[in-house]
Amino acid sequence: MSENTGTMPYISFLHAESKHKGIFKWILSTDHKRIGIMYMMGMLGFLLVGITFGFLMKLEMLTPGKTLMDAQTYNALFTLHGVIMIFLFIIPGLSAVFGNFMLPIQIGARDVAFPRLNLLSWWLYVIGGILAISSLFLQGGPIDTGWTFYVPYSLRTGTNVSLPLFAAFILGFSSILTGINFVTTVHRLRAPGMDFFKMPLFVWAVYSTAWIQVIATPVIGITIILVIVERIFSLGIFDPALGGDPLLFQHLFWIYSHPAVYIMILPAMGAVSEIIPTFAKRTIFGYKAIAYSSLAIAFIGYFVWAHHMFTSGISDTSRFIFSLLTFLVAIPSGVKVFNWVATLYKGSITPGVPLLFVMMFIFLFSIGGLTGLVLGSLATDVHLTDTYFVVAHFHYVMFGGTVMIFFASLHYWLPKMFGRMYNEKVARWSVGLIFVGFNMLYFTMFILGYEGQPRRYWDYLPQFQTLHVISTVGSWILISGILLMIGNLHRGMKRGPLAGNNPWGGKTLEWTIPSPPPVHNFDEIPVITHGPYNYGDEEVK
Amino acid sequence: MENEHSEKHHAVGYGTYVLIWLVLVGLTVTTVSISGINLGNIALAVALLIAAMKSAFVINIFMHIKFEDKIFKVFIAVALMTLLSVFVLTAFDVFFR
Repeated sequence: MSENTGTMPYISFLHAESKHKGIFKWILSTDHKRIGIMYMMGMLGFLLVGITFGFLMKLEMLTPGKTLMDAQTYNALFTLHGVIMIFLFIIPGLSAVFGNFMLPIQIGARDVAFPRLNLLSWWLYVIGGILAISSLFLQGGPIDTGWTFYVPYSLRTGTNVSLPLFAAFILGFSSILTGINFVTTVHRLRAPGMDFFKMPLFVWAVYSTAWIQVIATPVIGITIILVIVERIFSLGIFDPALGGDPLLFQHLFWIYSHPAVYIMILPAMGAVSEIIPTFAKRTIFGYKAIAYSSLAIAFIGYFVWAHHMFTSGISDTSRFIFSLLTFLVAIPSGVKVFNWVATLYKGSITPGVPLLFVMMFIFLFSIGGLTGLVLGSLATDVHLTDTYFVVAHFHYVMFGGTVMIFFASLHYWLPKMFGRMYNEKVARWSVGLIFVGFNMLYFTMFILGYEGQPRRYWDYLPQFQTLHVISTVGSWILISGILLMIGNLHRGMKRGPLAGNNPWGGKTLEWTIPSPPPVHNFDEIPVITHGPYNYGDEEVK
Repeated sequence: MENEHSEKHHAVGYGTYVLIWLVLVGLTVTTVSISGINLGNIALAVALLIAAMKSAFVINIFMHIKFEDKIFKVFIAVALMTLLSVFVLTAFDVFFR
C-alpha cells in the first residue's frame, strides 16, 4: 500500500502488480486484503488436517477396543486435533481472515495501522504452523498430552512436547501483534465522522477481541516458556515431585485459555451482527447494547477461568466464586441473542445462505451456551466433567458457534473478496448436510457423557456402541457437507457468475466499493454521516 | 504534530534515562539481596512491591507514558486492574486451599 491521491483507475487487489513476482507477490505483500486471504488459505488447510484427525478418531470409536489404531496413536490424534484446531484454526479465526480483510474497509481506511507488522504476524503464524507439524515427524513421536498440556504429564512424557509448545508460543506472538495492529487501527484510522458508535458491530467485536489478544496472550507465552524450562532444567515450578505446584500451571493456562474462548467467539458474534441486518433489511436492534456486550464479554471473560478446574483440587471458596462469576457471562451473551432475534422481528427477511448459517448458529450456540450453565454449576460439573458432555458442549459452542459463522462469513463476504458468486442451491444442500451431521455427531455425545463415557478414552463399554455408531455416521455426513461447501465455494471463486458490488444489499462500507476491492480500497476516503445499518425507508414499518 | 511529538520526545534527557537505569539495577540488586533474608509472610509482598516500582519507572519514563495522552494511561490502567483482579482471584484458591 502506498500513497493514493485523486481518482485512480480500478485495479483489483487480486491482480495488482508489485515489485515482486509469482508467489512473492502474495507472501511479501503488506496489503491487508492479501494477508487476510493468505490466513484464510492457511487456516482452511489446517482445518482439513484437523477434520481428518477427527474423522479418524470417530472411525476408531465405531467399535469397542481396537478398530483402526492403537491407544497411543489415539492419544496423539486427539492432542493434534485439539492443537491444530485451537491454535492454528480457531484462535486466529475470523479475526485474522475477515478482521484483516474487512476491518480497514469497514472503517474507511486504506490499510491497517502497521501493514508490515501485519505481514510479520502472518509469517509468525506460518512458522508456528510449520514447527507444530514438523514435531510430528521428529524422534519421540507426536505429542500425547491433550491440547491443554497439563503438568506433570507434559513434563514427563517422552513424546515431543517442547517443539509444539514453542510453536504455540510463536503463534501467541502472531496473535498479540495482530491485536496491537487492530486496536491501533480502530483508534487512529477511522474515516472522518465515524465515531465509535458509528462503527459496524463487526469492528466492535474485533476491537474487543484485539484487547483480549494483547492482554491475555502473554500469560500463555510465559507459561509455555516455564514448562519448556522445567522440562530441560527440572526447576520445580510445576512438578510436585520437585516441590512445584501443578495447579499453578492450570491457573496460568486457563487465565489465557478461557479468555481465548472469547478470542474465538467474539468476532463470530460480530459477523452475526453484520449478516442479520443485511438479510432482514432492518437497522440492528440495540446497537449500543450489542457493542457494550462485546466489551462486557471480553472483560468478564478474564475472571471465570477456574471453572475449568472445579475438580482439580482448588479451594472451595474459589470454586464458589468462579461458579458465580461464570454465570455472569450468560448475561451479555443473552443480550446479543435477544437483540439479534429482535432485529429479525418484522424484518423483510431473505433466507440467503449466510442467514441460514446464522440461524443454525443461534440454535447450536444456544444449546452450547445452556449446557455451559450445566457445567458452570458446581454440583452437575462434578458428575459431568471430563466426560463426552464437555466435548459436546465445547463443540456446540466453538464449532456450532465460531466455525458455523466462519462458514457464514465465507458465504457472506467471499463474493466481495473475489467478485464472484457460488451456487446457491448447492450451498443450501451443504447447510442441510452440515446441520444433520453436526447434531448426529455431537448431540449423541451429550447423552454419552451424561451416561458416563469419559473423554479421551480409546476404548468404551459395549452398551455405548449404538450412540457411538450414530455419532461416527454423523461425522461422515458432516464432513460430506463441509467438502461440498468448500468445493462449491472454490468453484464459485474461480468460475461463478459475477457478484456485483453489493449482492446482498448491505449498508456497511465494504458494499460501497467494487468487488473485488481495488488496491487502495477507496478512491476518496468516505465521510461518515450516519450509523452503519441505515436502512431508513427500506425498513418494513 | 511531528514537531509536537519531537518536542515531547526530548522532554526526558539522556541523563535521566541513565539515572533510571541505575535505579532499576539498584532495585534488582535489592530484590536479589533480600531474597536471602527470611521475611516470612511479607516476602512475596515486598518482592511484588519492588517489581511494581520498577515497572512504574519503565512504563512512565522508558515507555514515555508519563508524557502521553490520557487514553494511553487509561489503557495501561485497565491492563493493570485486570492483572490485579487475576492475582486476587488466584489468591482465593492459594490462601483457602
